[in-house]
Amino acid sequence: MAVVATSPSTAQTLLTARGRLRRRAIVDRVATALMALSALAGVIVLLLILIYSAINGLPALDLAFFTERPLPPGEVGGGVAPAILGTIEMLVVAALIGVPIGMGTAIYLAEYGRGSFARTVSFLIDLIAGLPSIVIGVFVWTWLVRHVVGHYNGLAGSVALAVIMIPIVTRTVEETLRLVPDPLREASLALGIPRWKTILRVVLPTARAGIITGVVLSIARAGGETAPLLLTALGNQFFSYDLLQPMAALPVQIYTYARSPYADWQVKAWGAALILIVLIGALSLLSRWVVARRLGHS
Amino acid sequence: MAVEAESRLIQAGGTDRGDRIFRGLVVLTAACVPVLLIGIVILLLLDAWPAVQRFGFGFLVSSEWDPVAEKFGAAAYIFGTVVTSVIALLLAGPIGVGCAVFIAEYAPRWLREPVSFLITLLAAIPSVIYGLWGFRILAPIMRANVEPFLKGTVGQVPVVGALFSGPAVGRDYLVAGVILAIMILPTITAVSREILRAVPNTQREGMLALGATRWETIKRAVLPYARTGIAGAAVLGLARALGETMAVTMVIGNSSTRIGPSLFTPGYTLASAIANQFTEADKAIYFSAIVEIALVLLLVAALMNVVARFLVWSVARGPLGSATRAG
Amino acid sequence: MMMTHKQLEPADQPQAPPQNPPAFEAAVVEPAPSRQPGPRVTVSDLSAWYGERQAIAAVALDIAPRQVTAIIGPSGCGKSTLIRCLNRMHEVTPGAHAKGTVELNGVNIYAPNVDPVQVRRVVGMVFQKPNPFPMMTIFDNVVAGLLLQGGASKRELEEMAEQALRQAALFDEVKDVWKKASGASLSGGQQQRLCIARTLAVRPEVILMDEPCSALDPIATYRIEELIGRLKAEFTIVIVTHNMQQASRVSDFTAFMLAEEDRIGRLVEFGPTARIFTNPTKQRTEDYITGRFG
Repeated sequence: MAVVATSPSTAQTLLTARGRLRRRAIVDRVATALMALSALAGVIVLLLILIYSAINGLPALDLAFFTERPLPPGEVGGGVAPAILGTIEMLVVAALIGVPIGMGTAIYLAEYGRGSFARTVSFLIDLIAGLPSIVIGVFVWTWLVRHVVGHYNGLAGSVALAVIMIPIVTRTVEETLRLVPDPLREASLALGIPRWKTILRVVLPTARAGIITGVVLSIARAGGETAPLLLTALGNQFFSYDLLQPMAALPVQIYTYARSPYADWQVKAWGAALILIVLIGALSLLSRWVVARRLGHS
Repeated sequence: MAVEAESRLIQAGGTDRGDRIFRGLVVLTAACVPVLLIGIVILLLLDAWPAVQRFGFGFLVSSEWDPVAEKFGAAAYIFGTVVTSVIALLLAGPIGVGCAVFIAEYAPRWLREPVSFLITLLAAIPSVIYGLWGFRILAPIMRANVEPFLKGTVGQVPVVGALFSGPAVGRDYLVAGVILAIMILPTITAVSREILRAVPNTQREGMLALGATRWETIKRAVLPYARTGIAGAAVLGLARALGETMAVTMVIGNSSTRIGPSLFTPGYTLASAIANQFTEADKAIYFSAIVEIALVLLLVAALMNVVARFLVWSVARGPLGSATRAG
Repeated sequence: MMMTHKQLEPADQPQAPPQNPPAFEAAVVEPAPSRQPGPRVTVSDLSAWYGERQAIAAVALDIAPRQVTAIIGPSGCGKSTLIRCLNRMHEVTPGAHAKGTVELNGVNIYAPNVDPVQVRRVVGMVFQKPNPFPMMTIFDNVVAGLLLQGGASKRELEEMAEQALRQAALFDEVKDVWKKASGASLSGGQQQRLCIARTLAVRPEVILMDEPCSALDPIATYRIEELIGRLKAEFTIVIVTHNMQQASRVSDFTAFMLAEEDRIGRLVEFGPTARIFTNPTKQRTEDYITGRFG
């Protein structure tokens, strides 16, 4: 009954690669190559975008680009300074609104949250994170632009960016807080320190790196958002720091300039894109560096 | 154990007055989240209501969008959204999963992190920069090379050829789909990669031990195990593509509300219609119609996110929960 | 039966600290009798690493055909590493590699012209935790390996699957549902027998079992042990176990491994199970058998 192969065939099986076996080996190699190729494709597209932005954008970067306001259509020269300042101002205001809410929610979810309310909040955070940014833009547009202020304004832009930042801050900070070991909390509580002081003085400082990462990531993400700003802050060719007036922003400036027929504006669009890429790249690297440093220390 | 520690912590901290205040504050901030989402839904519903009342179901099935005659039907925008997103998914799905398989299953350890990092960077690039790149670099190439080529080859095949008919304009569904594919690639890759990581090694070893090659192991053991989660990754990518605005707005042409078979048709998506027309919404009903578009987007995106999370979760939850269905 | 004391060259252990207290002694290796015809595995001078860390050193064993050889030893002694080297599964772990020779019927499976994929077809493996493919039916699980080879008709596949399931003493329990139910719907013990059937179906010559019962209850364990006793009529079986009773129940030969302070596993003693458990040559074997450590 035994149909076991005997020794000669063992050698045959092990040493020969013919027919079907050969084909299987070839299929294996082709598949490997295809997988590597798709990874390569992703990397190449990234490089193409970076290279094009650098080549086309570098010529636009002179002093005026950073210090002057845009000139009327057709005139050569000027810069995008209002957009740079507008982006910074709106990001700061957005962070002032979004970071506390995100942090508070994260502390609630990580330190207190149990039961159905916590599950609901956690689920809704995911939903907000999944909302298209234009939907958030339309929401703030109808609320603050159409119903409350009556015209486009920088505050509305900040609020829209804040909504985008909240889920990012919440998720990153929550994850970090959950990594803080329980014995640390217990040690503090055992000393008779109340819970809220334990959280503020022990848990949050321990999770410092993760909190910075969350904030930086959210700023990087919000800084590139265009659609919500287009619908709320609209853009502005002049210097304006008034949050209740239309405000310029880099991404919106890129959008306007890119679609214009003027060569000078198109070059400026690439220049602004390059700045945005460098800023966002730097922020991403910074947050990675913070994480790496924390891991290196512990 | 964690729960025990938790309850002890709460007991220990429940007495202090400062604790009650702090807890109250934190709960209050957390409550902002549901309030925000409910606020979004209610406000959009209220503002969209006039249009909902006036056009009813017709808003979704009529493609007549005529601000002058005050007739608003978003079917063409819905069509454009679906077409571009499907193109994006067809392109980015296989490549994204391939990317994830390469990173998770093939790449040597030293290559793993750099490749993942570069792919995540792709996700960090703002939409408007993809738009700029697509508008200035990709669209001309598509118009001059890719679209004529497609027209000359696949375009000659009966039936399928209709997809690639008409003049190559370079600002159309196809170009928008290609840009979207690039933009959702990192989403699909990142989620699929996490899913592949959740596949237990015993599955790989089980197949290898039967005399399978590496690829056979992936194809017959790893991918089937991960398939629900990978479907979730695809749905998440699709959800992102549906709502993507700036890049699409810049390459889709924004000119026609025709529904036809050719991918060389300039058109609109729901999102690009909002971005292009919100400044023109002077009449109340026009404004309401635009808000209704946003409402449709919100509902679709929310639905897809819930579905995707369910799919991803069913794999991440671990083995075999879903596997007994046949028994 | 002849007793030979084979001296192993300790040339491969530069890591061993010079003051290593219980100095490395030669293993007592009693070659297995070769009365039985059939697939024979000869291991010589086998060392294996995980990255920089060496896991086993200079193992030499002669595994008897159509007998059950048990590998025992305390956890961390490298017994799983050793068995995974016998079908080149060890190198699947990222960064892991092995050196030495493992001859299967005279062919060194580590020779450069040998395809590890084929080695694994000839030397099957059953794992610690039952790992059926959950997305496949019971039938598809059994024929998974056969489908890789190709060339079999649907009818042939069914016949071979039924035969494998019968050999693994599972067919009667699943015959009503085997085309519909998922492999994961079975109980733990049934899953492990399904994995054995899956391995049998590709008709290997040697079957490796890496603690196949450690995740099972006593009744399921008993059934697997019974199965092993029947399978050795056809297959050469190597089983890793941390359970000495199990080793004494199922095996004909026993290899005892131990890792000293350098955490590198070495073979201490190898011989007929009856002798190892009643009259071990080495003090350390006796210590382990009698439960004085480990």
